[in-house]
Amino acid sequence: MEIKLQLNGRAVRVPDVDPDTTLYDFLRAQGCASVKCGCETSNCGLCTVFLDDVPVLSCSMLAARAAGHKVTTLEGLQAEAEEFVGFIADQGADQCGFCNPGFVMNTIALLRENPDPTDEEIKAYLSGNLCRCSGYEGQLRGIRRFLDSRNSRKEVPHA
Amino acid sequence: MPEKTTKYVGKAVRKKDSLQLLLGKPVYTSDVAPKGALVVQLLRSPHANAIVKTIDTTIARKVPGVVDIYTWQDVPNQRYTNAGQTYPEPSPYDRLILDRHLRFVGDPVAIIAAENEKAAHKAKKLIKVEYEVLDAVLDFRTAKDNPTLVHPEEDWLPLCDVGGDNHRNLVASGEEKDGDVEDVLAGCDIVLDHTYHTRAVNQAMMETFRTYTDLDRYGRLHVLSSTQIVFHCRRILSRALGIPKSRIRVEKPRIGGGFGAKQTSVSEVYPAFVTMKTGRPAMIVYTREESQIAGSPRHEMEVRVRLGADKDGRIRALDLYTLSNSGAYGEHGPTTVGLSGHKSIPLYTGSLEAFRFRYDVVYTNLQAAGAYRGYGATQGIFAVESIVNELAEKLHIDPTELRDRNMVRQGMTMPAYYNEPANACALDRCMARCREIFDWEHRYPVRDMGNGKVRAAGVAMAMQGSGISGVDVGSATIKLSEDGTYNLVIGAADMGTGCDTILAQMAADCLDCPVEDVAVFSADTDVSPYDSGSYASSTTYVTGKAVEKACTELIDHICTIGAELLGCDAAGVTFEGDCVRAADGRTASLTDIAYKAQVSNNCAAEVTATHSSPISPPPFMVGMAEIELDKLTGEVRVLEYDAVVDCGTPVNPALARVQTEGGIAQGIGMTLTENVTYNAAGKPIESSFMQYKVPTRLDVGHLHVEFESSYEPTGPFGAKSIGEIVINTPAPAIAHAIMRATGVWHRELPITPEVIAMGEPDQA
Amino acid sequence: MLSIQNYLRAESLDQAYQLNQNKRSHVLGGMLWLRQSDITVGTAIDLCDLGLDTIEETPEEYRIGATVPLRKLEHHPGIAALTGGAVEAALKDIVGVQFRNMATVGGSVWGRFGFSDVLTVLLAADSEVELYKAGRIPLETFAAMPYDRDILTHVVVKKTPGPMAYSSVRIARTDFPVLTCAASCLQGEYKVVIGARPGKAVVVRDERGLLKAGLTPESTKAFADYAAETVPTGSNSRGSAEYRTHLVRGLTQRMLCRLADKEG
Repeated sequence: MEIKLQLNGRAVRVPDVDPDTTLYDFLRAQGCASVKCGCETSNCGLCTVFLDDVPVLSCSMLAARAAGHKVTTLEGLQAEAEEFVGFIADQGADQCGFCNPGFVMNTIALLRENPDPTDEEIKAYLSGNLCRCSGYEGQLRGIRRFLDSRNSRKEVPHA
Repeated sequence: MPEKTTKYVGKAVRKKDSLQLLLGKPVYTSDVAPKGALVVQLLRSPHANAIVKTIDTTIARKVPGVVDIYTWQDVPNQRYTNAGQTYPEPSPYDRLILDRHLRFVGDPVAIIAAENEKAAHKAKKLIKVEYEVLDAVLDFRTAKDNPTLVHPEEDWLPLCDVGGDNHRNLVASGEEKDGDVEDVLAGCDIVLDHTYHTRAVNQAMMETFRTYTDLDRYGRLHVLSSTQIVFHCRRILSRALGIPKSRIRVEKPRIGGGFGAKQTSVSEVYPAFVTMKTGRPAMIVYTREESQIAGSPRHEMEVRVRLGADKDGRIRALDLYTLSNSGAYGEHGPTTVGLSGHKSIPLYTGSLEAFRFRYDVVYTNLQAAGAYRGYGATQGIFAVESIVNELAEKLHIDPTELRDRNMVRQGMTMPAYYNEPANACALDRCMARCREIFDWEHRYPVRDMGNGKVRAAGVAMAMQGSGISGVDVGSATIKLSEDGTYNLVIGAADMGTGCDTILAQMAADCLDCPVEDVAVFSADTDVSPYDSGSYASSTTYVTGKAVEKACTELIDHICTIGAELLGCDAAGVTFEGDCVRAADGRTASLTDIAYKAQVSNNCAAEVTATHSSPISPPPFMVGMAEIELDKLTGEVRVLEYDAVVDCGTPVNPALARVQTEGGIAQGIGMTLTENVTYNAAGKPIESSFMQYKVPTRLDVGHLHVEFESSYEPTGPFGAKSIGEIVINTPAPAIAHAIMRATGVWHRELPITPEVIAMGEPDQA
Repeated sequence: MLSIQNYLRAESLDQAYQLNQNKRSHVLGGMLWLRQSDITVGTAIDLCDLGLDTIEETPEEYRIGATVPLRKLEHHPGIAALTGGAVEAALKDIVGVQFRNMATVGGSVWGRFGFSDVLTVLLAADSEVELYKAGRIPLETFAAMPYDRDILTHVVVKKTPGPMAYSSVRIARTDFPVLTCAASCLQGEYKVVIGARPGKAVVVRDERGLLKAGLTPESTKAFADYAAETVPTGSNSRGSAEYRTHLVRGLTQRMLCRLADKEG
């Protein structure tokens, strides 16, 4: 079947997609290498992308179902990601990096939805993003430092 | 040796690859492998012990897109081991690429090469196999001298004498001692005797095993793989495939986590075999299920400990017997078991009068074990630290004070650790500091929170090694470029740990240049200088020293070339980072020297240095856990986990901290949520992340890590290691806290809500 | 490996129903469960264009479309107020945000899964399902029905007032539950629902009148013992029948106590 959708702001039309192609496979074939697969059972969050700005698991969604919708991967959110990933890097919490794209995507979703989350809200929102390297604490510290830095910038009165 | 002043060592430098990783750039095996490779899949055994009577691939081959299917009849008949260890490997040569004898549920039966995944999958279902199903050895306690043999074959080949005997299901066995343990035990006021059981937990790195292979432009086998051991991998493939090492090149891109899993060549041989057969590029990507059931998990162990002490809490004797389950193949079996004693008993060097350590490593018809962070130490430390906590409880002595009285201290010689010296040991300071930051005095007493919930705390100590003494080899090549920057080429494997960066930090301090000026490349057998690989907590300590040596030698070369430029004697110039200065004050810039190195020059502007250490200095650590336990449901929440680590000099404190936090989280998983069970036929139950529960960020509580540094004189910049020790304290510390909350000692992991809620105290 | 031969976005419920009469057809829910099955589906019927992704409110009820994702239900303020937060408590630990953005109310209820937090909490509420052919059926009746080829279009939660409470036991926070327990007292009728036994959730009512005199430590204990006697439990990798029965007793009492607190 033919699939038309908007990928990272660009109209994409692919003929001859099998009906059982997952959005994950579709996106990898479109060159979106940031999208990773870690489990095949919807448990790890590595394959997180946005469907109409809502974070979903691309490994568990048919490409056919995404047809006609707006799909965003980390390739399409580089600028928004760059705002905060340096804070994760400063903690050394990137580690092996394989979970990073999914984690960064879902953090962006969190911060769009809840710009000033508490630690508990951060943990709850990101609980579906597994990381085997960091123990999560460094990721939390990084997000917290980012928020602190952003909030302190906001508080600077306009001269 | 005086401590050097440093600009980068000791600083939280960002990982060199961090933005590439965080922004999702294509850097992993699956991202960089060229498209269009044959899809390689494996048909796996549904039986724990069976012989392939007949196998018919006729129909499967007819599936459109199937290129070829290989069975035991097609592979070389030469046994090998997948263990990434220095030759001659202690692990027995007990594998074939495909064997007619299948030894666990998941053992490969056939290799399928197809143009696409669907065709491979379809073909897999159409291969007709007739199995002769045999009795299986599924309980490792019954394996030794069981009439059912896992490896009855006559060509079973041990390269080292480690006490193995395939006709007894023994991979290895041995005994070590110092003093007369029975004699000392007989004279003790109190003798405790308990057995502790840990399971074959999985590394569960986020990137599963995967390998791409093709023939390079010279027709050689080119292997691109997610591996910690490029050089060992080349040797393993050479033997398994029967081709010379000069015909093989192994490289690794970025690795999506390893934790030891990728110290075994789990996936490489299959696509390599396909490429050699077809001449075509081939790729295998393990599913999560395959990684769970046919990977290289921790060795299940049962450790019986007899501890003898005086009433005043002096620990006088330790007697350990470890039974280790190697599963269907012997990878890392003979070596992991050693650490269960070598990295636990020496913690009590301060008071021990005698010890004995005996062990058996057995074959069973379960998934073969491998190397997982901690490598046997984790299992031994769970046992020894638990029994020490049991002693503290029996004697009504605070468990931290009890340890103060018995622990190893700087300057001591450790008889249970090959008589190595504790050159650098801040374990006492780790304990003092951890007590302070954790507020042990107030958190150790059990507190009733109402509504059936109690809070309690527990403690444990740990040690590990830094590389394998007298074995591991690290090398570094450092080259000067025209603009005065450097290339550091290594064979160690950064699997996310950040070793590329910390080695660059060391190089930058040695060469007095910005760390940004040191470009790092690893690892490729065609390019990198020989390195055993990244395992055994070796890279910082062993390869780091090689970097230091290489830089020192390169400075000599730079001075030689600089002196020639300045027209003076090399002995009369000094290296100043960006230039070389003659005695009269004239200088030659590094750029000029670098250009000079490319014109009429006989002195290489590059150096390769190699290092090996006769000792393996232990890092030390103390961990304390606070839990909240629901007495009705048995649910445990880790509220706080504090740890203080002595890793020598923390070369990059941010990375060392995250290593520690990550290790603690894995330890928490092993203790509470990660179970490994089998059905009656030996099929693993926890074969996916749906069933195998690695902790989420809601499961680990707050982690707080500090460092109490010592200075290891034999390490680079005083460093020891950090990678493995960090997984060792959670199991005993949390088990301790659970006992404090419930009055019941749990000596088997994981400690699930059920065993807590339904647990009965020991019959005293 | 899941194989799908045709994918079709239904243009009407009638079309979906007709197509679904073929045994090889499959109505797609959130796909999270289906995606893991090793089956071949002839026609995958997607209801995503039928406007079933909204929660409608009337004075009597909330009518939840089949394709409403769990996360939308979890954060619905009206349903949160009605159930005293019990729905959110039941949903918040299901795997993760992304998963709950995909898993649908219709898929979860249609599946009648043993492990279901969703079924447990909805059974404690006053709920019905709306099927395309069979019309409205009480959820409890539906839960006991065999799978057929009808199409679930809505789940209805009636605004019957009364306190509700929910709790589950999990080995890891976002894992399947070892046991789920919801309790409610809607218009004076006590209900305790036990799920993940590991079988499908069952409703325990106060048939012996143990709670007639109100919720006291004694009466809740007696009811908890009654629940433990009557609710069948089994063993799986997450827990034994014996432990589950222990939890039935303990959680039932806890949830009834929580109702008492809410009743004031």
